[in-house]
Amino acid sequence: MPETRRSPTAPPRSFVWTRRVVLTLLTVFTGLPIYVMVTSSLKPLREVAGEFRWIPHGLTVRPYVDIWRTIPLGRYFANSLIVAGTATACSVVVALFAAYAVSRYRFRGRRAFTVSVLATQMFPGILFLLPLFLLFVNIGNTTGVMLYGSRTGLILTYLTFSLPFSIWMLVGYFDSIPRDLDQAAMVDGCGPVGALFRVVIPAAVPGIVAVAIYAFMTAWSEVLFASVMTDDRTRTVSVGLQSYATLNDVYWNQVMAASLVVSVPVVAGFLLLQRYLVAGLTAGAVK
Amino acid sequence: MRIPHLSAPLRATGAATAAVLALGLLAACGGGDDDAGGGGKTITYWASNQGADLSVDRKVLAPEIAKFEQQTGIKVKWEVVPWTDLLKRILGAATSGQGPDVLNIGNTWSASLQATGALQEWDDATFAKIGGRERFLPSALGSTGAQGKPPAAVPLYSLAYGLYYNKKRFADAGIKKPPATWSELVEVSRKLTTGGKYGLAVEGANNAENAHHAFVFTKQHGGDFFDAAGKPTLDSPQAVAGVKQYVDFLASQKIAAPGNAEYVQNETIRDVATGKAAMMVWQAAGRALQERGMKPDEYGVAPVPVQSGAPGSGANVNSIVAGINIAVFKNTRNLDGALKFVQFMTGDAEQKALNTAYGSMPPVKAVSEDPSFGTPEQAVLRKTLAESAAPMPQVPNESQFEELVGTAMKKLFADAAAGRQVTEETVRQRLTEAQQQMPK
Amino acid sequence: MTTTTTPSGVRRDGPGSAPPPRRRRFRLPDRIRRGGLPYLFLLPALLLELLVHIGPMLVGILMSFKELTQFYIRDWGRAPWVGLDNFRLTVDVNAPVGAALLRSFAVTCAFTVLAVGLSWLLGAAAAILTQDSFRGRGWLRALFLTPYALPAYASVIVWAFMFQHDNGLVNHVVHDQLGLTGQRPFWLIGDNSFVALVTVSVWRTWPFAFLILTAGLQNIPRDLYEASAIDGAGVWRQIRAITLPSLAPINQVLVLVLFLWTFNDFNVPYVLFGKSAPEAGDLIAVHIYQSSFVTWNFGTGSAMSVLLLLFLLLVTAVYLPVTAKWRGRDA
Repeated sequence: MPETRRSPTAPPRSFVWTRRVVLTLLTVFTGLPIYVMVTSSLKPLREVAGEFRWIPHGLTVRPYVDIWRTIPLGRYFANSLIVAGTATACSVVVALFAAYAVSRYRFRGRRAFTVSVLATQMFPGILFLLPLFLLFVNIGNTTGVMLYGSRTGLILTYLTFSLPFSIWMLVGYFDSIPRDLDQAAMVDGCGPVGALFRVVIPAAVPGIVAVAIYAFMTAWSEVLFASVMTDDRTRTVSVGLQSYATLNDVYWNQVMAASLVVSVPVVAGFLLLQRYLVAGLTAGAVK
Repeated sequence: MRIPHLSAPLRATGAATAAVLALGLLAACGGGDDDAGGGGKTITYWASNQGADLSVDRKVLAPEIAKFEQQTGIKVKWEVVPWTDLLKRILGAATSGQGPDVLNIGNTWSASLQATGALQEWDDATFAKIGGRERFLPSALGSTGAQGKPPAAVPLYSLAYGLYYNKKRFADAGIKKPPATWSELVEVSRKLTTGGKYGLAVEGANNAENAHHAFVFTKQHGGDFFDAAGKPTLDSPQAVAGVKQYVDFLASQKIAAPGNAEYVQNETIRDVATGKAAMMVWQAAGRALQERGMKPDEYGVAPVPVQSGAPGSGANVNSIVAGINIAVFKNTRNLDGALKFVQFMTGDAEQKALNTAYGSMPPVKAVSEDPSFGTPEQAVLRKTLAESAAPMPQVPNESQFEELVGTAMKKLFADAAAGRQVTEETVRQRLTEAQQQMPK
Repeated sequence: MTTTTTPSGVRRDGPGSAPPPRRRRFRLPDRIRRGGLPYLFLLPALLLELLVHIGPMLVGILMSFKELTQFYIRDWGRAPWVGLDNFRLTVDVNAPVGAALLRSFAVTCAFTVLAVGLSWLLGAAAAILTQDSFRGRGWLRALFLTPYALPAYASVIVWAFMFQHDNGLVNHVVHDQLGLTGQRPFWLIGDNSFVALVTVSVWRTWPFAFLILTAGLQNIPRDLYEASAIDGAGVWRQIRAITLPSLAPINQVLVLVLFLWTFNDFNVPYVLFGKSAPEAGDLIAVHIYQSSFVTWNFGTGSAMSVLLLLFLLLVTAVYLPVTAKWRGRDA
C-alpha cells in the first residue's frame, strides 16, 4: 500500500521521542505475556508452578511432545479449523448479499433490518445458549438434521455471530464504491448479481478479507457455546485447551505450549493477510 | 466476459436460494454424525475426569468398556467430559431430552438433578436388576438423592476427606503424631509456621471445597445448613461459628499463608508436596501427591480432626461422603442396555479395577473389604466413610447452597488476606447475604 | 453505521429500469422483480439471524416471565408464569439480589468506560505513531496484532498465571524487584481484581482498535497534509487538525463495537476469576451466568438479560444520532 507521509520534512524531535517512548511501552505491554508464554512452555511443570524466573533454568521441549498426548489436540485443532473456516466462508457470502441489498436498494424494512441485526449483539450469549440448544435438538428430532453435538450446529451459530458486524462493515465499504460502476455494468447487460460479482466484489476485496478475518477470529475464540454444543469428537481447540487444567493440577507449560502451537498458523495467516486487511478496513466505515 | 443468459432476477433468485441450499446441505452432511442411535445395540456414556488428566481416564476406561462390549454385544459410545463442561452439558441434556444413556455425576449434585426429573429413579425393582440395593454401603447410598425418594443415581466411586501431612516437615519440627483435634492442629501448626513455611494449606477460592468444609465445621458446632423441613438456615449461629473457625486458620490464627485465599487450582496439594505447607484436609489425595513427586512413605494420612474426642457421628463428623455416582438418563432409548452397563460398572470386578486405578474407595460392600484396598491411606478413608462421614444436604437447592456459601467464604478469605478483620459479625453478614439469595 | 449513512445514490428499482437487451426465458412477476430483490438478498442473513439469534432471544425474553428453575427445565411449557416477579426481584435494590445486580452493573459500566477508553487511546496512539515509515515498523505491527490472534482462553490464562499472588510475574516485578509495595498485593481476589480485569481486557482489545484505526489512516488524502505543511503546520497540529477529525466516522463504528463487546464480555472475567468473581470484578455477563446457570434459575437470569438488552438499546439509540451529529460537524 502506498505510504502516507505526513509531510515532506522530517518530523520534529519531540515527535520522534514521543514515538520511541510510547511504542517501547506498548511493546513491553504487548510482548510481556507473549514472552511469559514462550518461556513457560519450555519449562518443566515443577518449575512453571514454582516461583517466577525471568530466565528459565531447565529448558525442555517435553511440553511440546506431551500436549498431543494429554488431549487429542490434533483433532480439536482440525475441528476448529473446519468450523472457523466454514463459518467464515458462509458468513462472508451471506453478508455480501445482505450488505449489497442494504447498500444499493431503498426498501421497506431496511432500517428495521439493520437495527435488529445490531440488537442481536446486545443480548448476552449465555441466555440464548439453552433456547438455541433446545431449538437444535427439536430440529434434529423433527427433520433428522443433527445440529447439536455436530460441527454444523457450531458453524451455523458462529456464522450468525459474525454476520451483524460483517454486514455492517461491508455496507460501509460498498457505499464507498461509486454507483456509476455497477450502473455501467448493468447497462452492459449484467444483472444485479452480475454487477455484484463483476464490479462490487472485486473492488471490495480488501474489505472482504477484513471481514473474513474478523469472522474467523470470532469463531476461533468462542468458548461458551462450543463447550455445550460439542462432544469429544467435535470439540474445538479453544474449549479443548481448558482440559490441560485437570482434576488435580494445571499443566501450565502444556497450556502455553498448546496455545502457541495452535496460534502460530493463525498469526502467520494473519500477518500474510495484513496488507489486504489494512487496506481493506479503511473503507469499511469511511464514507 | 459476459454472462447474460438467465434473466437477472432469476439469477438473483438462484444465487439467494443457492446460498440457502448450500447451508441446508452443509447442515445435512456437515457433521455426518448419527447420534440418534440409541437403538437396542448402542448406549452413550459420559464419564467424568477421575484420573490425573483426560488421557489417563481414556487409558483406564478403554479396556474395561471393551470388556463390556464383548460380554454383552452392546456398543458403548463414550467420552470423558471435563469437569468444566459436565454440568453445563447435563443441563443441556436435561433441557432438551437429548443426552447420554448413562452418565457420571458428582454425588453432591444428586438431589439437584433428581429435582429436574431427568434421571431414572432407582426403585427396588430397578436396583434388583443390578444386584440389589444391599450391595452398596449405606453411607454411599446416603448421597444419591433426597430422603424418602427412590435414589436418582448409584454410587460408583467413594471418597472421603483425610488429614494429609508432609512427614519430613513433621520430623523437622519434632512432631511425633498428627493432631486429632482442631486445637491440637492449631498448636502443631504454630510450630510448623516459620520461615515462609506454613502449618496448613487451604483452597480458599474454591467454592466446592469451602462449602464442604463449612458443612463439616457447622456439623461439629451442632448445626446444619438445612432444617428438617429442607429450608435453608445458612446463617445460624452454629454455621457462623463453624465458618469462622475455618476461615480463622488464615485470618486470626495465621497458620495458613495469605496467598491461600486465591487458591483454586489445587495449589494446596502442590504446597504440601513441596513442603511449603505441612498439612491439608483433602479428599483421597495420595495419588495426587505422588504425581507431584512425593513417595508414598513421604506423606502420612490421619482422620480429619474434630473438636474433641474421636470421629463419629453427630458433632463428631469429620468428612462429607464424597464421590461419584453413576446415573441413567430418563430419556434413554435403551434402558435395558443402560442398566446392564451400570451393573457392569458396579460389579465386583470392575469396582476393584476402577477404584484401584483411580485411588478411590469402592462403595460396594463386598469389594470394600478387599485386602487390596488396605494401604494406610485407604484404611483411614474407609473408616471415615463407614463411621464419621455425613452426606451433603440432599435437597434440590444443594448446588445453590454450595455456590453461595462457597462464594461467601471466598470473600471472607479475600478480606482476611487483605488484612481486614474477620469477625463474627462479618461472617454473619456474608452468610445472611447468601441466605437471602437462596430460592424460597 | 448503515442506518445513518445516507448513500448519495438515487433510488433504484433494480435492473428493470435499463432496457433489457436480451431474451428472457422466464419472468418473475414485476412486483417481486422490482421490490422483492433486496429481500431475496437479505433472505439468507435474515433466516440465519432468525434461527440462531432472534428466535432464541425471544424465547429468552419469554423465559423472563416464567419461574424456570431446575424443577421445570425439563419441560419449559410446564413452568408457571410469574408475570413480573423475576423483574421485581432483580430491580429491588434493597434486597441482596437486586443490590448485587446493581453493583455488578455499576462495576461493568466503570469497567467498560475504562477498557474501551484505554483500548481506543492505545490503538489510536499506536496507529498515529506508526503512520510514518521507520525501521522495524512491520515487526512492531506484527507484534501489536498478535494478542488479537490468540484464542481467548490462552490469552486470559497467561494473565491469570502472571497475576498469581505467590509466583506471578506481576508481583515478582512490583514487589520483589521494584519494591513498590510492602506486601505482595492480590490481583485475582479483592479490590485489585478490577485493575487486573481492565488490564487483560485492554491487552486483548486494543490491537483491534489499532488495526481499524491504522486502516482508517490510510484513507486520509495526502494532499491535506501537504497543504497544511505549506501553511506551516507542525506534526502535532496536523494530528489535531487533520488526523483526528478524519478518523471521526471510523471512531463512531469502532467505539460502539468496542462498547458492545466489552460490556457483554464473558470470557475474560470467567477465565480470570472462575464462576464466582470477586465483587470488584463481577461483570454483568458472569453475574447473569452465575444467577442462571450456577444457581439454576433461568427465569431470573433472563429478566436480568432483558434489562441489559433494554439498557444497551437505549445507549445505542442515544449514541447513534448524537455521534452522527458530531460526524456531520467534523467531516
